[in-house]
Amino acid sequence: MTTVAHPPVAVHGDAHGDHAEVSGILKWLTSTDHKVIGMSYTITSVAIFLIAGLLALGIRAQLAHPGNTFLSAQQFNELFTMHGSLMLYLFAGPFAFGGLANLVVPLQVGAPDMAFPRLNALSYWLYLGGSVTMLSGFFVAGGAAAFGWVAYAPLSDAVNSPGAGPDLWILSLVLTGFSAIFTAVNLVTTIFCLRAPGMTMFRMPIFTWNMFITALLILIAFPVLFSAMVMLFADRHLGTHVYTVAGGGSPLLWQNLFWFFGHPEVYILALPYFGIVTEVLPVFSRKPLFGYKGMIFATISIAALSTGVWAHHMFTTGTVLLPFFSGMSYLIAVPTGIKFFNWIGSMWRGQIAFRAPMLFAIGFLITFLMGGITGIMLASPPIDFATHDTYFVVAHFHQVLFGSAVFAGFAGLYYWYPKFTGRMPHEKPAHLQFWLTFIGVSLTFIPQYALGLDGMPRRIADYASNTGWGPLNMVSSIGAAILGLSMLVMLYNFWISWARPIPAGDNPWDAHTLEWSTTSPPPHHNYYSIPPIRSERPTWDLNHPEAFHGAPAVPGRAREEVGAGV
Amino acid sequence: MSSAKPARRRFPFSIAALPWWKQGIVGAGVLGATAILSGCRLSTFGQDPGATTQATHESHIFQGFVVAGIAVGILVFALIAWSIIRYRRRDPDAIPKQFFEHIPLELVYTIVPILIVVVLFTATVVTEDKVDAITPHPYVTVDIYAYQWGWQFYYPHNVSVVSGNVVLGQDSTYPTMVLPVGKTTQIELRSRDVVHGFYVRDFNFSRYAQPGVLNTFDLTVNRPGYFVGQCTQFCGLHHDQMLFRVEGVSPAAFDTWLADKAAATASGGGTTTPSHGAGAAYP
Repeated sequence: MTTVAHPPVAVHGDAHGDHAEVSGILKWLTSTDHKVIGMSYTITSVAIFLIAGLLALGIRAQLAHPGNTFLSAQQFNELFTMHGSLMLYLFAGPFAFGGLANLVVPLQVGAPDMAFPRLNALSYWLYLGGSVTMLSGFFVAGGAAAFGWVAYAPLSDAVNSPGAGPDLWILSLVLTGFSAIFTAVNLVTTIFCLRAPGMTMFRMPIFTWNMFITALLILIAFPVLFSAMVMLFADRHLGTHVYTVAGGGSPLLWQNLFWFFGHPEVYILALPYFGIVTEVLPVFSRKPLFGYKGMIFATISIAALSTGVWAHHMFTTGTVLLPFFSGMSYLIAVPTGIKFFNWIGSMWRGQIAFRAPMLFAIGFLITFLMGGITGIMLASPPIDFATHDTYFVVAHFHQVLFGSAVFAGFAGLYYWYPKFTGRMPHEKPAHLQFWLTFIGVSLTFIPQYALGLDGMPRRIADYASNTGWGPLNMVSSIGAAILGLSMLVMLYNFWISWARPIPAGDNPWDAHTLEWSTTSPPPHHNYYSIPPIRSERPTWDLNHPEAFHGAPAVPGRAREEVGAGV
Repeated sequence: MSSAKPARRRFPFSIAALPWWKQGIVGAGVLGATAILSGCRLSTFGQDPGATTQATHESHIFQGFVVAGIAVGILVFALIAWSIIRYRRRDPDAIPKQFFEHIPLELVYTIVPILIVVVLFTATVVTEDKVDAITPHPYVTVDIYAYQWGWQFYYPHNVSVVSGNVVLGQDSTYPTMVLPVGKTTQIELRSRDVVHGFYVRDFNFSRYAQPGVLNTFDLTVNRPGYFVGQCTQFCGLHHDQMLFRVEGVSPAAFDTWLADKAAATASGGGTTTPSHGAGAAYP
């Protein structure tokens, strides 16, 4: 009743039978398989993450003590601009909706591939092209863009930011914007049309649900960013005056357009990671998700509210209706709070195993909790006036984004690593990495709250020694160095898991969702056969028939008759 | 972390039951947190109590929010900590009770946050109206212009405080805006080029200076002294050099200062007006 024109899922005979399999580099270049594309996305975005992390280490090295001359002001401005742009546009988003969603969503809904495999390949190549375009800014005369990841007009116009670097930055966002829109179209179509028999919307895994909502948000937000970028480019090169006062335009329009994209974007960067945590916490607690439908409605309300809060980034412009945007921002705390309690409810009275994904998921809970609470403070305009554009805000959004994109991102990476490689991540290096990351992130960002309250503005290349900001900045920089170290441990883990493989098997975590019922790695079209889907935990039902709670196999038959000892 | 514990510990939070090195870590953590907090103005949670009347209103709501935030944070953190300590896996084969939802409980943690939000929102609107209030009769009005990379302050009677551009080496001092203590000053804030951020740490306040936008706000300095201001909105190459000072003086001293400056300006001996003066500015 729910599936529409379902394509064949069982591959005739051999998985590679009628599909001329190529190998090596040609496989990566020509593949339209969602798993190969997803892997390319994941590897590219993790590489971008490491590059952007190195830029952050440069920033922290410069700020470690007052009067430092490690970087010039111009270099510093380029570094923080590129750090933010790479992390937000090219890592946190693509890692989630390009990498993990590509890998996991078709498997979770029991589809053989994405709905439009070639469009999917185009998405990846646009993304790779956009990434190279942005990085190439460092190699042109005049250097990379140096106006922050928000590129406020008129600082981003041709007079204040001349050169090819800013143009490359704009082009990169146009390319990756298209990539994101295509991926969103693909995800929505896949989720609507390619679900396996029995996979009703309210049996979909939460990760897939969250990717679905994220895709809708992408379709709302990215066209606005694209339009804003086109107008910025026209202002720079075609003589238009959309964002210039002198020509009758409005610089403020840029802020409105940018944040109308930018705030949904924040949730585009958060919802997929909420989805990961929502998969991981119940599995490692051996319990179902607590409040499945509440979770879905919370996600939908967060997404809906996120389109009406953009001007809380503009409280200090003096041009926005403060109570409206303040009230809307506060309201987001309600569904986010519901999520927190549902996550705790999922662990409550469970059997919690501290494997690598679970550790990172708990790291997410703690870090995101702090970032979320300070976010509620910032939703109050008077408090925002006092802290806007200071390190208080820097600390807030790093705890939020580091909590989601890094902690939850690594939780997802380690969680699905066995599925796609057939090997387990090694636990000891993963634990070491977790503790280094957790200590590093706390040391880096918690002192920045105090720095912000003590008046340190963000994006300054240097500060005087009589400000007294030196010691806390040093602590913050030491934390950043520890974070750098933790990434080396992660790379070591990936290397050791190839050098000394631990075979994973189909379902090493005793997980719940459909993807764990196929082989690791899955065959070309994902499934030889699909188990019956009668609840939101088909694989769990298969392995734990004694704990089955789903709908009866045949409508009308009582639950006990299908062997479910409730 | 540690593998299978032989016996179920009765009180998972009992410090006395921990090995000595874990007790040391807990003790050091408590001491460290105390030292850090007491070092940075614990009573106001790291923020200045406020050198203007408007800033004290902000300070009060900030303290309230911090207290509320800590309370909620401790509650949620305690629930997480309890879950991961109490319910860690001891039996590798145990299947815990499978429960899916609890509608009354879920309603409680939907409705209670909504009530908290109503309280926070009300407090915010009340404070915001006080901070943003504009008096029709200010003691003095100061026009502030931000530019790359400095500040200019214009007073009545053609008095201006415009130092040369520190960045370009035209001057070695940052400009100082003199304000009367206990009297309300109205600020009219504009930008000559890109977006800047007018921010004084002790005033707990910032406002963008933007091309094409005039921002008006009141400052009522409540104690004499010097206060450092700095541009907070990134504005290009020398953003970090865009500092200024505010000096709070008694109204009598302020009147004398303004009259002296006005006389000097009238006789042509006052501060030089820059080529791109106030008259040429928009809006």
